[in-house]
Amino acid sequence: MKFVLRRLVFYVVAVWAAVTANFAIPRVMPGNAVDTMISRFPQLSPQSLHALEAEFGAGHHGSLLSQYFQYWNNLLHFNLGLSVSQYPSKVSTIIGQTLPWTLTLVGTATVISFVLGTLFGIVAAWRRGGWFDRLLPAFTLLQATPYFFLALLLIDLLALHIKLFPFGQGYSVGLTPGWNGAFVGSAITHSILPALTIILTSIGGWMLQMRNVMLTTISEDYVLVAQAKGLPARRVVFSYGARNAILPNIAGFALSLGFVVAGALVMEIVFSYPGIGLTLYNAVTSNDYPLLQGIFLVISLAVLSAALLADIAYVFLDPRARGGEAH
Amino acid sequence: MRQLSLMWSGLRRLGRMFSGLPLKAKIGVVILAIYILVAIIGPTLAPFDPSATISGQSLPRGLTGTHLFGTTATGGDVLSQVLVGTRSTVVLGLITGVIATALSVAVGMTAGYLGGYADEFLSLVANVFLVLPALPLLVVILGYMPHSGEMATAIVLSALGWAWGARVIRAQTLSLRSRDYVAAAREVGESTWRIIFVEIMPNEVGLIAASFVGTVLYAILTSVALAFIGVADLSHWSYGVMLYWAQNGNAVQLGAWWWYVCPGLAVALLGMSLVLINFGLDEISNPRLRTNAASARIGHRAWRPTDPTPVIRESAEVTR
Repeated sequence: MKFVLRRLVFYVVAVWAAVTANFAIPRVMPGNAVDTMISRFPQLSPQSLHALEAEFGAGHHGSLLSQYFQYWNNLLHFNLGLSVSQYPSKVSTIIGQTLPWTLTLVGTATVISFVLGTLFGIVAAWRRGGWFDRLLPAFTLLQATPYFFLALLLIDLLALHIKLFPFGQGYSVGLTPGWNGAFVGSAITHSILPALTIILTSIGGWMLQMRNVMLTTISEDYVLVAQAKGLPARRVVFSYGARNAILPNIAGFALSLGFVVAGALVMEIVFSYPGIGLTLYNAVTSNDYPLLQGIFLVISLAVLSAALLADIAYVFLDPRARGGEAH
Repeated sequence: MRQLSLMWSGLRRLGRMFSGLPLKAKIGVVILAIYILVAIIGPTLAPFDPSATISGQSLPRGLTGTHLFGTTATGGDVLSQVLVGTRSTVVLGLITGVIATALSVAVGMTAGYLGGYADEFLSLVANVFLVLPALPLLVVILGYMPHSGEMATAIVLSALGWAWGARVIRAQTLSLRSRDYVAAAREVGESTWRIIFVEIMPNEVGLIAASFVGTVLYAILTSVALAFIGVADLSHWSYGVMLYWAQNGNAVQLGAWWWYVCPGLAVALLGMSLVLINFGLDEISNPRLRTNAASARIGHRAWRPTDPTPVIRESAEVTR
């Protein structure tokens, strides 16, 4: 019970912190967001100016506290305001259009990377010192390279030199998004290269974590007993070793699902992929503060829901978390 | 004379510490040392002014005798830019590492040692910082202050990067706190601060070092990514800024691989040295990860007779 209560407090505080940061950042930062926008977009209508001022507290519309409550009220009604750079689209509409791209591509890539990485980690631990295990540092080194550098290299080699994959955008120019063969096929071929870069850079982490926990697990006596009584190796590896070693990886996986929305920022910029990361970047470069805030909020909430998912998974998988004596 | 011999013995001690490290860590330390050296003397080594341009040039030129690493589209010398840019990248990483690790140690040890409500509160704060998506938040914050210097970037990076270290250090402090020797120190009447800094902290040096190295890596990769997407002071040379100009100058499309490969490899090698150091630190603190001990092969699996007795891992603790 104490565990549930503690987590509940955590989620409340985390949501509050994310929303408050979102509210506070434009007000604390030097420079006036509204003035910047007026100078950039002199054609703004009086109503939208009014809306902007209310949103960023530039005008004299009540105290900071009343602005704060107004902000919460808007949020609870899913009112994220209007975008400035793509005026007069609603921020929520823009997010709704771009989010599926990111979720599909980065989500799929993350799942593939997790499954492969965990399997490789199991193999590397079981055949410790084998050729596969010795290859492992190479994968972890990929993690130390800047993501976009690897992406640029792959674009150079696979898209420009060999012309194996198309590069840039989410689908070929001239196609209209829809559920037809030409569009889906084009979207898939355009997503292979970005997905490959994500998998290459993230797989090492899963492998290393799985390998290290697995190494500790298979040196326990019960694994030795299982092997001594002649169980097939496959059963010892998966039911005795991996099953007990996979917990930290699963918790990490649930958390990384939340960062699916956030982590793809640089990837989408390099590949001009029409997802939420590129939209965030465009919002920054065009000083589109309402859009910026809306996207940051969506990202924070996605990460928090993933953390909740990780918690639930833990309660199911780890008896210690259920028992209550777990700390 | 006396000072000289003192210095000499200090150097000898450093040398002994170095020779005790695992091979991976040794390689890492050597590479890192080279980077720090370049960060100090790089600008004097640079053959050209990194911001200099060649008038009339509009396309990047390949590797030649005068420009060993080629030039940018406007004729800037890539080698000079790398040599000059090292300082800013390395310094930013180290400053962030120091600030963030100090925060991690302070929060983690306080939470772990005091326990109770202080622990609940500090862990809560750390957990909240852990789930805030760092890169988008950095983009948002630094997007509002585009011409902020390195220090501002380092502070924002530290503010968002301390939580992981704090959690690991807290878990370790929690388990050390209940050891007999700490109880003895408390019984003797040692002050809380003395127990924390003299009794507990020396036993966490490995962990703190690993957390420092990890934070430096995070700071370098994040700052390079931020500069790459243009959220940095672009008039100041660093690896990220070089990559930004390469991307903006369509280096990939023009086939000017040297323009982005040089700074990219520089970051990758620096990152590699940090990863290697952390591998080495891991092996020191976790004997099971060492490979040099005697082992026997039974049914494809390497068994090691010297495996230490299982320790209760607080994995539920560490990962939550």
